[in-house]
Amino acid sequence: MNWKHYFTTSIGKKLVMGFTGLFLIVFLVVHCYLNSMIFVSREAFNAAADFMATCVAMRILEVGLFAGIFLHIIQGFMLVRKNASTRGERYAVSAGNKTSAWYSRSMGLLGTLIFLFLILHINHFWVPSRITGGLNPTEVHGVEMHDLYQKMIDIFQTPWVVAVYLLGVFSLAWHLIHGFYSAFQTMGLTMPKYKALIRIVGIIFSIVICLLFALMPVSMFMGWVS
Amino acid sequence: MEHYTMNLTLKIWKQKNCKERGRFETYQVKNISSEMSFLEMFDVLNEQLIAEGKEPIAFDHDCREGICGMCSMYINGRAHGPWHQTTTCQLHMREYKDGDTIVVEPWRAKAFPVLKDLVVDRTAFDRIIQAGGYISVNTGNAVDANAIPINKQDADESFAAAACIGCGACVAACPNASAMLYVSAKVSQLALLTQGHPERKSRALNMVAQMDKEGFGSCTNIGACEAECPKGISLENIARLNREYIGAVFSGSEEKG
Repeated sequence: MNWKHYFTTSIGKKLVMGFTGLFLIVFLVVHCYLNSMIFVSREAFNAAADFMATCVAMRILEVGLFAGIFLHIIQGFMLVRKNASTRGERYAVSAGNKTSAWYSRSMGLLGTLIFLFLILHINHFWVPSRITGGLNPTEVHGVEMHDLYQKMIDIFQTPWVVAVYLLGVFSLAWHLIHGFYSAFQTMGLTMPKYKALIRIVGIIFSIVICLLFALMPVSMFMGWVS
Repeated sequence: MEHYTMNLTLKIWKQKNCKERGRFETYQVKNISSEMSFLEMFDVLNEQLIAEGKEPIAFDHDCREGICGMCSMYINGRAHGPWHQTTTCQLHMREYKDGDTIVVEPWRAKAFPVLKDLVVDRTAFDRIIQAGGYISVNTGNAVDANAIPINKQDADESFAAAACIGCGACVAACPNASAMLYVSAKVSQLALLTQGHPERKSRALNMVAQMDKEGFGSCTNIGACEAECPKGISLENIARLNREYIGAVFSGSEEKG
């Protein structure tokens, strides 16, 4: 027995999903908080984005974030593939929603939708901000930085882009409603005393985070912020 | 409840053995009493088939009082039929009305190969028990019942986990054919008791290793197993198994032999 062995059993694989999932949930909180600065002011948002881009600690965490995302995606894909192979002959009649929730059974599908959205999303903001450049410069309190705010406004003028973002966030909400609770269950933390609390906090968290995210492209498209 | 009789159409999985491919066969049964159990309805069908010179349908059954766990039937998409916390033998025909069509399939999981018709091989469960679902004790005189104090809550939870009859409905109902509810019940009933403590870490590791070896899937915490379990085994047992497993891993325990 070695460490590799422990993390490749059926429970070990799920622990990897749970740990990376909770890490990504923490990222979502930070991401949502900083992006919500668009509702405060152009300067506040640009300063927040600049902090994330220039702070060394944040750049190191960013590497961890990409590692976490890839681990979560690859491990999730491998689990879906393995689990799809355990049935053999399929049932002619299935229980459907009578014994479980559709979103709980669809984590692979929802994850794939989120992944497709992520490709577009990273290409929209992360790539020009970190790699290709080409963003307008702006100045906040005498410091020169990218005008990511203007980039957001520009991107969210296209209806289909807003629609894809809403679909991505919608998928994320359902993915989180199951994933939040499921991560705690996999870690064995859903004792009777905390179970209901974890369920409720998970659902509220998923809805609030995703509503805030959804509000961002919509506000910019509708011209509620400018 | 009013007694009535019904005529039914049954679509039942027929499979000669574990090698050949199976298929659905359609049968008609007449004058089935609403007072009959589901298995008694099968008895009527089989007697009818024997009288016609045909081969009867093979199905597992034993106690017919809901405690042995043999009667594995997947009825209209539900393990043990639609009644909550009820085995197939305790499902009664008053659930159905005249003219209904009922589809009956065997448990479907690669780890539970079909032996014949509705009979599946569940010895994978026995091998998981052999991997660690026991306590090693010297035999001898029976120990006094109250020699080891165990608190009430632990005793109750252990007893609730021990209610598992190993029927396999959890595996049948799980989209991943995962055996986690079963294994978690077997680990829990021992881990909660003082007698089970000395071997709890190797037990969790060994039983999980055997579960994987048998080809069951991973648990995705969707809860279909709990919904279909005829004995009401709770998902809290799965959380406990995860805790036992994590505890064993991070304390550096080893599997045994």
